[in-house]
Amino acid sequence: MSLVAQTSNQPLIVWDWIGRNLTNIWDRTVEHIVLTVIAVGIGVLISAGLSLIALRWRRSYSPITWVAGLLYTIPSLALFTFFVPFTGLSVLTAEIGLVSYTLLILVRNMVTGIVEVPSEVLEAADAMGYSRRGRFLRIELPLALPVIITGIRLATVTIIGLVTITSLIGLGGLGYFINRGLQTFSSPIGTTQIFVGTVLSIALAVTADLSLVGVERILTPWRTRRIGR
Amino acid sequence: MSQFVGDVVAWFADPVNWTGSNGVPNRVWEHVQMSVLAMVIATAIAVPIAVYLAHRRMGETFVVGIVNLARAIPSFGVIAVALPITIRMGLGLGFWPTLLALLFLAIPPLFSNTHAGISGVDQATVEAAEGMGMTNRQVMTGVEIPLAMPIMLVGARVAAVQVVATATLGALVAWGGLGRYIIDGFATQDLVEVFAGGLLVAVLAVATELLFSLAERLVRRRYHSEQLTRSTV
Repeated sequence: MSLVAQTSNQPLIVWDWIGRNLTNIWDRTVEHIVLTVIAVGIGVLISAGLSLIALRWRRSYSPITWVAGLLYTIPSLALFTFFVPFTGLSVLTAEIGLVSYTLLILVRNMVTGIVEVPSEVLEAADAMGYSRRGRFLRIELPLALPVIITGIRLATVTIIGLVTITSLIGLGGLGYFINRGLQTFSSPIGTTQIFVGTVLSIALAVTADLSLVGVERILTPWRTRRIGR
Repeated sequence: MSQFVGDVVAWFADPVNWTGSNGVPNRVWEHVQMSVLAMVIATAIAVPIAVYLAHRRMGETFVVGIVNLARAIPSFGVIAVALPITIRMGLGLGFWPTLLALLFLAIPPLFSNTHAGISGVDQATVEAAEGMGMTNRQVMTGVEIPLAMPIMLVGARVAAVQVVATATLGALVAWGGLGRYIIDGFATQDLVEVFAGGLLVAVLAVATELLFSLAERLVRRRYHSEQLTRSTV
């Protein structure tokens, strides 16, 4: 009960602290973005390779998604602990874990996007004399783009949340504040840091999601035009 | 590397790690108990509301909003924010902030999948049931819920895996469970203990996923065979 008495008359958020730590907050936000961009970037590259394999040899799709699904099911903190003994408390450890998480979402959406291109469209492209590669790059990929970008949006938002957990292995981006806040939770500075870390992480996820919607609009202008009409 | 693997094997072979409150059986039991408790309460809150709203064809926008928002909220932040809240409520550390955070994370997938499952039930089926003189309640429990069950179980699976994963973070707010090995191991730089904890959490999460997948398959098969017999009669 003493803890209650001690904390209940204290403010939850010390606004001064935020003002005094703006540079620190900015640096951690940048770290958060960098960790996310690396994870999603590498995730997209690996997933693109896996998706091409799955599309070329259809039988490989279910083992690929099975392994990606297993990686997705293992809690992120557990995944980090598997690599800490070998790669230390490093960006590499964090990225191995984060990239593993993107694979299921990305591969699923990439393969679905391509497979769901209507067969009439493919037949028309063949009749127009497209080569197999030309058809893939100029017809299938652009038509699959909305589904692929939806996958990238899901992966990005998920990773932004998971980056906070990397604070437990010495990184964390905005999760750094959540972790520090937990260690001093009985002080108003502690709760302030918890809220700052959490709220900014949510804001970052929402911003990234909306930006990717914008990217999708730019890359698939024919869809927006149709809606406009 | 082989040295490290040997140390992990030795950790699991050490009887000290299998007895008392910090033993594997007790930590697994705590983790399972907390996860089941959170799932039961979350289901009791989310499912009735979702069934009712979907039955009334209400809450569509709310579902989309809750799904998008839930994805953007970091689980680590949820458990951290739960701590000052439970302390101010006089509930203290450990059990309550962990449970509160798990409920918060389990409700959205349960709610949205239940809503989607019920909304997806063929309107003609519902009308037929009403035509047979079934009451609203009978339509919900006897027609809509059984037909929506496979999708509801998808929601339960997503929620349960999320709950098992996040319960690990309970160790950060002074609760027990398997996260203790990871957090205490990091604190004492005992990477063998950290690894062992990670392994146990991973196995529990995968087991949860498999359990719910199995339940889903059983329900689908039952529903499917019923449909087959119905159509052949």
